[in-house]
Amino acid sequence: MTPKRKKRLYIILALVFGAGIAVGLTMYALSQNINLFYSTSQVANGEVPIGTRIRVGGMVVKGSVKRSKDSLQVNFDLTDYGKPITVSYTGILPDLFREEQGIIAQGKMDDQGIFQADEVLAKHDENYMPPEIAESMKKKAESK
Amino acid sequence: MKIKFPRWFYRLASPRWFYDITSKLLPWFTIIAFLLIVIGTIWGLVFAPADYQQGNSFRIIYIHVPTAILAQSCYMLMAVAGAVGLIWKIKIAHIIAKSCAPIGASMAVLALVTGAIWGKPTWGAWWVWDARLTSMLVLFFLYVGVIALTSAYEHVASGDKAAAVLALVGVVNIPIIKYSVEWWNTLHQGATFKITEKPAMPPDMWIPLLIMIIGFYCFFAVILMSRARTEVLRRENRSDWVKSLVERY
Repeated sequence: MTPKRKKRLYIILALVFGAGIAVGLTMYALSQNINLFYSTSQVANGEVPIGTRIRVGGMVVKGSVKRSKDSLQVNFDLTDYGKPITVSYTGILPDLFREEQGIIAQGKMDDQGIFQADEVLAKHDENYMPPEIAESMKKKAESK
Repeated sequence: MKIKFPRWFYRLASPRWFYDITSKLLPWFTIIAFLLIVIGTIWGLVFAPADYQQGNSFRIIYIHVPTAILAQSCYMLMAVAGAVGLIWKIKIAHIIAKSCAPIGASMAVLALVTGAIWGKPTWGAWWVWDARLTSMLVLFFLYVGVIALTSAYEHVASGDKAAAVLALVGVVNIPIIKYSVEWWNTLHQGATFKITEKPAMPPDMWIPLLIMIIGFYCFFAVILMSRARTEVLRRENRSDWVKSLVERY
């Protein structure tokens, strides 16, 4: 490489490196705000302000879903395998909502320590599988 | 430091040679891309099994993942081509970079739209400001910026340079897109394909997906070559070989 080209190469490397550091530091400073949701333990430990709109993510505890008989109101417990919290929601739940499914609820903490959600989103993972395989895996897990 | 490359490598820089070689490559890539995409689409949409949780709506993965991967690969190619153009002042590199931008932008739009269509039935929302979705939107804006900068100058060379610098700065965004699902809590699930691990789904699900991805890469090559060839003719319109080429038709 000629000295001139070498110089241009270094300038470009410095540019990319500099931009990387600048963005990296910004991301680091904002890291808590970039998270889409709080974990249920954080909420239960009082690390989140009461009365402000937040998102909480966790697994729906098995057997905790209680539907109201005369309205769309539903109560369920959410856990990150640490401390669980109770969520109350009125409305239509997404198709993927079920027990032991990861979900994200948006809403506010009320005075009684119940999370009043106005939006519930279902989270799924990248482990796609056909129904038959899921069924046989479930059987295997149960027979253990 | 003096590195010797084989001769074809140096000839790659010549617009005329590029024009000649791509006219030979183009039909092959077109056939392969067409075959792979047709096979992948039919396999993915008809024969691949449905997902145990999402049912058939999961099949949009066969469009969503290839477009999302390509939007990022295309950006890397554009940035590298831009850097080569800046350092070695190679005309063809800038032509490639310029031709990449609109293709990448369309791929990013496709990924965002298919993602939204997928998100509504599964998550319950068209759009969520989580790290993966937001960084993908930023990628689209970067493409738009590169397209705008390229054509914002009177002199072609100035536009090329400015766009290459923007493309290089925007490279920071690529690792952010890739690792956003690992670094932060996101609604978006983890990566479907990882280089180091086996895919987290059975072969009759991932083989059609792999076919679609390779098919989309070939399709991308076809569009890129076609765009670059047109751009070569436009920029070299004063040279003798282009004049004689035009006279022949």
